[in-house]
Amino acid sequence: MDFSFSDEQQMLQESVQKFVHRHYAFDARRAILASAAGYSAEHWALFAELGWLTVPFSEADGGFGGLATDLMVLMEEFGKALVVEPFVAGVVLGGGLVSALGSPAQKEHLLPELMAGSLQLACALYEEQGRYNLASVATTAQVSGSHFLVNGTKVLVLNGPVADALLVSVRTAGSERDVEGISVVMIASNTPGIVRRDYTTVDGHRAAQIRFDNVQVPVSALLGQQGAALPALQQSVDRATLCVCAEAVGALDMLLHKTVEYSKTRQQFGAPIGSFQALQHRMADMFIECELARSIVMMAAMTLDADVPEAQKQRAVSAAKSRVGKAARKVGQEAVQLHGGIGMTDELDVSHYFKRVTAIDAMFGNADFHTARFARL
Amino acid sequence: MNAAFTPAELEFQEEVRAFLAAEFPSEIRHKIARHVPLEKDDFVRWQKVLHRKGWAAPNWPVAFGGTGWTAAQKYIFAQEMAKAGAPEPVPFGMKMVAPVIITYGNDEQKQRFLPDILASNVWWCQGYSEPNAGSDLASLKTTAVREGNHYVVNGTKTWNTLGQYADWIFCLVRTDLTARKQEGISFLLIDMKSPGIKVSPIYLLDGTPEVNEVHFDNVRVPVENRIGEENQGWTYAKVLLTHERTNIAGVPRSKVRLEELKAGAAAAPDGQGGNLLQDPVFAHKIAETEIQILALEYAELRALAAVSVGKAPGPESSILKIVGTEAAQRIDELAMELAALQGLPFVPEQFEDGFDGELIGAEGAASTMLTYFNNRKQSIFGGSNEIQKNIISKAVLGL
Repeated sequence: MDFSFSDEQQMLQESVQKFVHRHYAFDARRAILASAAGYSAEHWALFAELGWLTVPFSEADGGFGGLATDLMVLMEEFGKALVVEPFVAGVVLGGGLVSALGSPAQKEHLLPELMAGSLQLACALYEEQGRYNLASVATTAQVSGSHFLVNGTKVLVLNGPVADALLVSVRTAGSERDVEGISVVMIASNTPGIVRRDYTTVDGHRAAQIRFDNVQVPVSALLGQQGAALPALQQSVDRATLCVCAEAVGALDMLLHKTVEYSKTRQQFGAPIGSFQALQHRMADMFIECELARSIVMMAAMTLDADVPEAQKQRAVSAAKSRVGKAARKVGQEAVQLHGGIGMTDELDVSHYFKRVTAIDAMFGNADFHTARFARL
Repeated sequence: MNAAFTPAELEFQEEVRAFLAAEFPSEIRHKIARHVPLEKDDFVRWQKVLHRKGWAAPNWPVAFGGTGWTAAQKYIFAQEMAKAGAPEPVPFGMKMVAPVIITYGNDEQKQRFLPDILASNVWWCQGYSEPNAGSDLASLKTTAVREGNHYVVNGTKTWNTLGQYADWIFCLVRTDLTARKQEGISFLLIDMKSPGIKVSPIYLLDGTPEVNEVHFDNVRVPVENRIGEENQGWTYAKVLLTHERTNIAGVPRSKVRLEELKAGAAAAPDGQGGNLLQDPVFAHKIAETEIQILALEYAELRALAAVSVGKAPGPESSILKIVGTEAAQRIDELAMELAALQGLPFVPEQFEDGFDGELIGAEGAASTMLTYFNNRKQSIFGGSNEIQKNIISKAVLGL
């Protein structure tokens, strides 16, 4: 048993720490959020240069190795600085789908560009009626000659506003919740018939609701075998889920740390509020939540890297997401409450961490969804 | 023991319903239904309607324009207002400063200020908290130094809700720097147009400038604007905090929101072919919240019944504040869970008056996470829930 980071992981961690220290102060991040693209193109180029965009990919795909434990190390540091660059949506999830489903030619075409930072991908997987069920796909792709005609609406397409291409889950056979008959097609964002409603999410990321109106896609845009994409979708989403869980671990630690520090300096009733036992116990509870979240995310990352059946991996990710969701609720609320009014303000970073961990709970299935999935598996 | 309404009370309930159906402006009703934030004019307009009916201030003594209602009638009124989606009058004048003026102000002050509060001609805001005096309010540092017939006020007040609209502010200020901290405080009414006042907005985590900092730089305030005795302000402020707990539990509003939540859950696909109200886990959470609110409702009715037989509202009302805000925050959590992914979009334009584009998600879904964020304030303001527990520990349990 060994829970220590490898030399490579330590180097990765230090390199992210160095980056955020230099480039990701609170005000610098605020400027990125306010920019038109919602992320920094310079940072993105730097991510590519530093090799971070290769972390999700196997050596066979030309990547760093594709270990979930590596991703965990990277994402925790991103979480501590609230990095908004679209790494999970574009590279882990988008790249993950290409890697899992793409033909050698498609991979060769897409992955080097993705790792070089010159291609932005987004995944359009969720639909309003499906809630968190990836198999609930009502968006259809009907064959018409050498083309598919795609029709339907996808919600919360992360990175949708800036993506060059969309990976869209479509139904090529069967009815709405059938596990068979789901395919993934890649559609250039500027294809006629794509109606995009771009927005910022409550935590400052960019996303879009996208309607496909008779969008013509060549049959060659299919990724993987027609009608058999669901397992790859679930696998890629699970890896993305693990990533946001690790991100949350970093953000939760910051909430705890900032609350403890504030309680040592904030004076009320002639004493630092951290000297009151009622508040000490609550911060101890926050610490327990943070430690449990960190532990279960490590478990999940190691399970994803292990040679075990897919169901066991799914179960591990759901366990982590469920527990992280619970921690996000508790630690986020307590951090705001213990700060008092100032914790509610936009000017203090605490509220931004609170919003991010709350948003993470809501995406890729919330705590209830993953608890139920864990029980089912 | 009997919690049922009498025939006369039921008749009153019908009267309130008929009034609200006829008089609650449909434009405001429409805004609330669409989650469009209300503006100053909306509050003023609605309170003037209530005032014409004589129902603006159910808790004031009849002599000053109160209704003379029994506790049960007040409860019925609050319940019907919530059911109709009608907002309560803004509390800063009506529920906060007015009772202090009524109890401790002189005749001239009563005549000068109360009619305009009742008729919503003047907007008030609260000047209690300071950057370094939150839970420990008595450590406030804003000073008022007597110079002839004026006080000269210097300092900063914070968390002034809707202070950007205010014509007047009521403030706790320090008039004796040498006394024990609770004993050197006075209660001043200050015209917001006075030279030397600067209001700066504080943006909250949902992007709204709902609160402000108010800075006082040598602001001259006539001595006649002091309520009661100099250095007795803390006593008056405490009375304000313990007496005006009417409807602090927010039960009527929470009950309405719970019904909306159930309707929303019944209409929300669970992704597995059913709806979310059929999901045993979600249904269980709703039921637990409903039970909590039911217990809270009866705790509040007991408190009201005690007041109606002449007892002063005691520190037990802290229970109502704690449980009432926690229940409301629980509903926020469930509404956010119901919205799932569609709670994430930040689309303020969708909640602007006159927006006629396509909505993202079900009606109101996109506001749920923002509401959850914003309502975290409830357990912080009005004496944080921790302070309420201190009150229960000391004043009720004798610890």
